[in-house]
Amino acid sequence: MKGAAWLAALPVAVAALALVPSPARAQNEPLLVPAVSQSRIEVRQGFTGARLLLYGAVMDPGGARATGNYDIVVVLKGPTEAVRIREKERIAGIWANAGSSDFRSAPAFFAVASSRPIRQIVDERTAAIYELGTDFIQLSPSGAIDPAEQARYAQGLVELRKRQGLYQENPGGVTIAENVLYQARIDLPSNVTTGRYTAETFAVSRGRVLASATARIEVVKAGLEGQVVTASQRWSFFYGLGAIALSLGMGWLAGRLFARG
Amino acid sequence: MDVYLPIANLSVNGLYIVLLGGLTGILSGLFGVGGGFLTTPLLIFYGIPPTVAAASAATQVTGASVSGVLAHSRRKGVDYRMGAVLVAGGMIGALIGAGLFSLLQSLGQIDVVISILYVVLLGSIGSLMMREAVNALRPGLLGKRGAQVKKRRHHPLVASLPYRWRFYASGLYISPLAPMILGMLVGILTMLMGVGGGFLLVPAMLYILGMSGNVVVGTSLFQILFVTMVTTMTHALTTKAVDLVLAALLLLGSVLGAQFGTQIALKARPEYLRLALATLVLLIALRMLYGLGVQPDEIYTVVPL
Repeated sequence: MKGAAWLAALPVAVAALALVPSPARAQNEPLLVPAVSQSRIEVRQGFTGARLLLYGAVMDPGGARATGNYDIVVVLKGPTEAVRIREKERIAGIWANAGSSDFRSAPAFFAVASSRPIRQIVDERTAAIYELGTDFIQLSPSGAIDPAEQARYAQGLVELRKRQGLYQENPGGVTIAENVLYQARIDLPSNVTTGRYTAETFAVSRGRVLASATARIEVVKAGLEGQVVTASQRWSFFYGLGAIALSLGMGWLAGRLFARG
Repeated sequence: MDVYLPIANLSVNGLYIVLLGGLTGILSGLFGVGGGFLTTPLLIFYGIPPTVAAASAATQVTGASVSGVLAHSRRKGVDYRMGAVLVAGGMIGALIGAGLFSLLQSLGQIDVVISILYVVLLGSIGSLMMREAVNALRPGLLGKRGAQVKKRRHHPLVASLPYRWRFYASGLYISPLAPMILGMLVGILTMLMGVGGGFLLVPAMLYILGMSGNVVVGTSLFQILFVTMVTTMTHALTTKAVDLVLAALLLLGSVLGAQFGTQIALKARPEYLRLALATLVLLIALRMLYGLGVQPDEIYTVVPL
């Protein structure tokens, strides 16, 4: 397997990197060397979701192995979009949409994996700065509604997407081996949105984020599925004709077959 | 059998979708209803986004109707003249429906309006059909009333409209305005609810227009065939929610189901068929009513801006 081969070659690569410490780097900051099992995920026929392996090593700039005890937090974030959240209320005995609130930057996917529960690793302020947790996603609310109400809508969005598997929190989802190698698994469900994803890895010690590194992952629709989506967007009229032709053709064919039988 | 639906953006069990298509296909062959009133709610229940469900169901209904129309036309069960008038009205209705759809969507009330429409329409038509079916099956108890119903050919309002045309196959001499208005109303519903509208059209043809029973199902399917084609195109151009993979799976089931349905329809007693359809329609109306009154699983919904 590709991932396994990479892991085997890791100590060599890390040693090479450790030999050339960056001069701009402060003395005690550890070095983070991240990698992703796939930098491109193709959504094609039979796609039922994907498991992404985010792994790497934490090193002291001087030595080959980190001396302190580190915690690792991995945040995988999908493309952001502007959304409107609607809230249902009981009106005259019927559940109907009542209020709404707009958010300018709701990520289509958001997953946090950490070596320990986030609350034990950093304080709330640090977690909010680095968006370490679904409670700290910067959704950028727009419009003038009071903060308490906005928080309720934000909570509603997060809970909804958690149930859809699009927002995840996995304390203990990162394993650290020998204080050097870490690995995290994040499962993408089949209903993921395509686009550019970013995986941020943070090395945390004593409540402080000491190092961070970013990797990009591209999620694209490929093969026939990709072509179907492109056709529906760009050549809508012919796509519609195609759909009609398909239904007429299949109906006619079945009619003919049965008439003979 | 996992199948990824590119427009709906999720993975489903293909076998379920084919079976669902087969079920609605049998209904369409049996009763001349498109089966959309069953497909759309069940697809939504399965987790497919409502707009994709409605758009792709319309495509499926086209396929189910074409084999139904072919089967019925072989036994001369289609009044093409009446069908053409209905289709003309239906196209105007589909355009009005598209306008209403986007208006309600921007207000955020499309889902609740769809549910209320289902409850009101399916509930009232289901009860009406149920009463007729029960009356027909128990002539001993309600002999007098049954005879009265048979005497009246069409609704007095229909008779009062001007410019009469002859519809030979239907055995009617009425104004084309009546089927035109009927077609238009059904067209609006097709666009709004993702249904063919057969459940409304068939009873209206029987009890309001007073069409001869043997051409009702075929002509209804003929109208549905053309109106769903227009609806598919409208969805492809505006909502871009027609999922070809989903439609193909539904079609596979439904075109086969429609053939079985047509064969059963030729053998079974029409009174029993109407009773069965009435029961089904009422069940769905009740399910929808329950959904409106009970607190939904998800209070919040997300729409892209």
